[in-house]
Amino acid sequence: MNTPLPPRLSVGGLEVAFGGLTALGGVSFDVADGETVALIGPNGAGKTTVFNAVCGLVKPRKGTVRIAGRPAPARTTGLLKAGVARTLQGLGLFEHLTVLENVLVPLTSLRDPDAIAKAHRTLDDLGLAHFAARPAGTLPYPERKRVALARALATDPRLLLLDEPAGGLGGADIDALADTVRRIAADGRAVLLVEHHVDFVMEVADRIVVLDFGEVIAAGTPEAVQADPAVEAAYLGLEAVGATGTARDGAAEAGGIA
Amino acid sequence: MDRFVFLTAAGLARGAVLALFALSLVIVWRTARVVNFAQAAMAAAAVYAAFAVTAATGSYWAGLLTGLAAGALLGAAAERGLMRRLPAHAPLPGIIVAIGLVMVLQAGLAIAFGPEHRPMHPPFSERPFVIGGVPVLSPYDLFTLGAAAAVMAVLALLFNRTSLGLQLRAAAFAPETARLLGVRVPRMVTLGWALSVAAASLAALLLVPTELGLNPHAADLLFVNAFAVAVIGGLDSPLGALVAGIGVGLLVSYVTGYASASAAPLAVLALMTLVLLVRPGGLFAAREARTA
Repeated sequence: MNTPLPPRLSVGGLEVAFGGLTALGGVSFDVADGETVALIGPNGAGKTTVFNAVCGLVKPRKGTVRIAGRPAPARTTGLLKAGVARTLQGLGLFEHLTVLENVLVPLTSLRDPDAIAKAHRTLDDLGLAHFAARPAGTLPYPERKRVALARALATDPRLLLLDEPAGGLGGADIDALADTVRRIAADGRAVLLVEHHVDFVMEVADRIVVLDFGEVIAAGTPEAVQADPAVEAAYLGLEAVGATGTARDGAAEAGGIA
Repeated sequence: MDRFVFLTAAGLARGAVLALFALSLVIVWRTARVVNFAQAAMAAAAVYAAFAVTAATGSYWAGLLTGLAAGALLGAAAERGLMRRLPAHAPLPGIIVAIGLVMVLQAGLAIAFGPEHRPMHPPFSERPFVIGGVPVLSPYDLFTLGAAAAVMAVLALLFNRTSLGLQLRAAAFAPETARLLGVRVPRMVTLGWALSVAAASLAALLLVPTELGLNPHAADLLFVNAFAVAVIGGLDSPLGALVAGIGVGLLVSYVTGYASASAAPLAVLALMTLVLLVRPGGLFAAREARTA
């Protein structure tokens, strides 16, 4: 009898505190190969903190992050070698460097002997080949978002962390992105994404994990989460807060889920 | 006309050294966002190391290599030992520490070697070739031009055509992002300092034999002019350092030849002021540096 393979990413009881403020209060979820999981929740709910804890940028007070059953490496090069890549909120491109050079940076960090061929292949895949020699900062915004995605994909990661991949994109570009993300997952990669854009999340996610105040308040298929009274209560409450203009500006947009 | 040809030739040789030293300032600026005011003192220390080895072995070339290695080591040590420990994102501590380093190095060199000028002999003749009755470049001038051009070409290849160069540039432009992409940013910063001070040391090694001799302040005026060159060209721009270096070298040569040597530093400062008024980021500044 075969023992089941461990999930690509397993986050267990993750607690992170910044000073006296608890950012994550015991968050647990898994992402399997070929699966797309979306982390949603209002601004400040702890989504990016989960990413940073997975990448070793913040040290959890408690809990575990395991990549394919092994403790996640603390160094970024270790993460790349373990098959983990991420995009950054916003763009995080080297605007002066060419598109090709941007994609080459993580490959050269890994001392990949095949770096240039892999970079070209990835740019081809994402329809960016003809931009290869242009400085990244000169591209239109949607293409720059694709360069950021190409840079993460170039190292052929098994786990891809996408931080607001649809942020700042319009209709047609979001549809194209959804196709790309589905294709990435169909290749057997695990995808964890943080996103405010609800339609996009409903379209691409196999499962949704809803965070609020650093805790998981719901998790399940998009349909189940949509129907969850806890999510509805949280978002209705947030909408009321949002109306008084106190903060957490992602709430109104995300409120559309309920 | 003969005078013009002679002054042009002399200006080119001087400009190559200026360009190399300015390039060293550009490298450290791009790597660490700091103007290394200790560059001259560090280069002088490296030249003393070269001087000592040449005196001991009788070989100019052994001295030259020692000087380059000493410069690289000094650069790496200054970054690891001092600059890295300073608060990030504040320009003043780096400048103050660099000025402190100038005092310590120059006093230390004076204590160790004495304050007097020690003659350094060039490896090639300084008698200019005479073409059509006009004295032009000497063999040593040609060596200077060739060595500066070769090192600048190697640095250009390193930064633009190698994986290491890409990592250096990524670390310089956006260190936080680079770190997330596996670039070992602290290592790249150390390497940038080592390359920078080695290049400055070579510039000083090429210059000193043509001047009064080696003393702890031997590279000071070179630094002042090269700093002006780097500002004129754009602190971010290697190409700017090259073009402005040659330009300022020619300017100094013409002013010295047609007016007086004492007017040359004023001409350089006047040019720098003019460029700062017209293009504050320098002639070859990148777009965001101009708008910043």
